[in-house]
Amino acid sequence: MLLLYVIIGGFMVPVPVIGNNQQAARSIFFHLPMWMAMYTLLTISVVNSIWYLATNDLKKDVRASSAGSVGVLFGVMGFLTGMLWATYTWGGTIVNDPKQMTTAIALAIYMAYLVLRMSFTDIDKRARVSAIYNVFAFALLIPLTYIIPRTVDSLHPGSASSPGFSDKDTAGTIKMVLWPAFIGFTLLGIWIYTLRNRYKRLALKNILHG
Amino acid sequence: MKSPISQIYALVRKDVLLEWRQRHALFGILLYVFSTVFVINLMVREPEERMWNALFWVVQLFVCVNAVAKSFLQESRGRLLYFYSLVHPRYFIAAKLIYNVLLMLLFSGVTLLCCMMFLGNPLVKPWYFLGVVLLGGVSLSLLFTMLAAIAAQASQNAALMAIMGFPLIMPILILLSNVSQSAFSPVVQPGLGRMFLMLAGMDLLVVALALILFPFLWKE
Repeated sequence: MLLLYVIIGGFMVPVPVIGNNQQAARSIFFHLPMWMAMYTLLTISVVNSIWYLATNDLKKDVRASSAGSVGVLFGVMGFLTGMLWATYTWGGTIVNDPKQMTTAIALAIYMAYLVLRMSFTDIDKRARVSAIYNVFAFALLIPLTYIIPRTVDSLHPGSASSPGFSDKDTAGTIKMVLWPAFIGFTLLGIWIYTLRNRYKRLALKNILHG
Repeated sequence: MKSPISQIYALVRKDVLLEWRQRHALFGILLYVFSTVFVINLMVREPEERMWNALFWVVQLFVCVNAVAKSFLQESRGRLLYFYSLVHPRYFIAAKLIYNVLLMLLFSGVTLLCCMMFLGNPLVKPWYFLGVVLLGGVSLSLLFTMLAAIAAQASQNAALMAIMGFPLIMPILILLSNVSQSAFSPVVQPGLGRMFLMLAGMDLLVVALALILFPFLWKE
C-alpha cells in the first residue's frame, strides 16, 4: 500500500514539467498542490486531535502531531513557490496581497503549535493541551486562508475582483496535469506523514505499548 | 445544585472581590498603562493618525496580555481542584470570560483616556472610536482568557502566552485597526459592516470553542 503511494507520488511529480509550456504559469502545478496537501494533512491532524480528546489514546496524538508538522512543511513550500511565482508575475516577492498576508498569519499560528508541543515534558499533558490548541488553529485557518481572501480584492485569481483561471484553459491541458498533480502531491504528503508517524511511534514504543 | 446563572454570578463576584482585595495587581496594570503611554509620549510626542492608531492597539495588546494572564496564574493548584469539585468547568470558564471582559472594558477605557491625554487627540468621531475600543477589548480578552487557560497547564507560562497568542491575535488586531481607522476621518469607509460582522463572528467562534474545549483542558 505504502509502496503504491510512493510510485504514484513519484510518477506524478515529473509530469507537470512536460505538460504546459507557458513559462511562469507553470508554477500552478507546484503551487496549488502544496496547498491541497497542506489542507489534507492539517485536516487529518485536527481530526486526530479531536479523536484524541474523545478517547485519550496517545497514538492519535502522535498522528496529529506528525500530520501537523508535515502539513506545515507543505504550507511553507506552498508559500515559497508562491513567492517565486509572485517575483516574476507580480514584480515582488512579498506584495501586499491579502491572501499572502493571511496565509503567513495562518502559518505563524501553526508554527506556534509546533513550538507549543516542544515546551512540555509531560506527554499526556502535551497531548491534551496541543490537541486543544490545534482545534483553535484549524478553526482560524479556514476563515483566514479560504473565506476572507475571497471576499476582498486580491491579486490572486478567484477573489472578489479577479476571475479564476479555469475559463482561460481552453485546451484543458492545465486541468489534465493539475488534477494528477493534486492527487500526486497529496499522496506524497500522506506518505511522508505515515513515515513520520511510524517513526514517532517507534520512538515512543515503550510508552505506547508498555 | 444551584442554577447555572447564579453559579456563574457567584464566581464572577468572587473574582471581582478578590481583585478588589488584592488591589496591587489592578493598580499595577493601571501604572503599566500610564508609563507605557508616557514613554511613547517622550519618544514621539504627538504621532500622526495612522501611527496613533497602531500604537494604541499595540498598547492595548500588551495591557490585555498582562491583565488576563494572571487570571489563571493567580489561582493555586489546590484552589483550582476545589473549584473543580464545586462547579462544572463550563460555568467556570464562562465566569472567567465574563470577568476578564469586564476587566478589559475598564482597562480599554483607561488606555483610551491616557492616549488622548498624552498623545494628542486626532479623533474625528470619538464615540465611534470608543465603541470600537470596547469591542476590541472584549475580543482581545476573550481570546487571551482561553490562551491563559492553556498556558496555565504548561510550565513556562508567560513566554508561552506570547508565543501562542500573538499569531492568533494578529487577524483580530488587523481587523480592529482597519475598523478604527475610519474614526480618524469623516469619510465613510467601504466594507465596514462586513468587518464588524467578521469581528463578531470571530468572537462567537472563540467563545464557542472555549466552552466546548475547556472541560477537556481541566481534566487532571
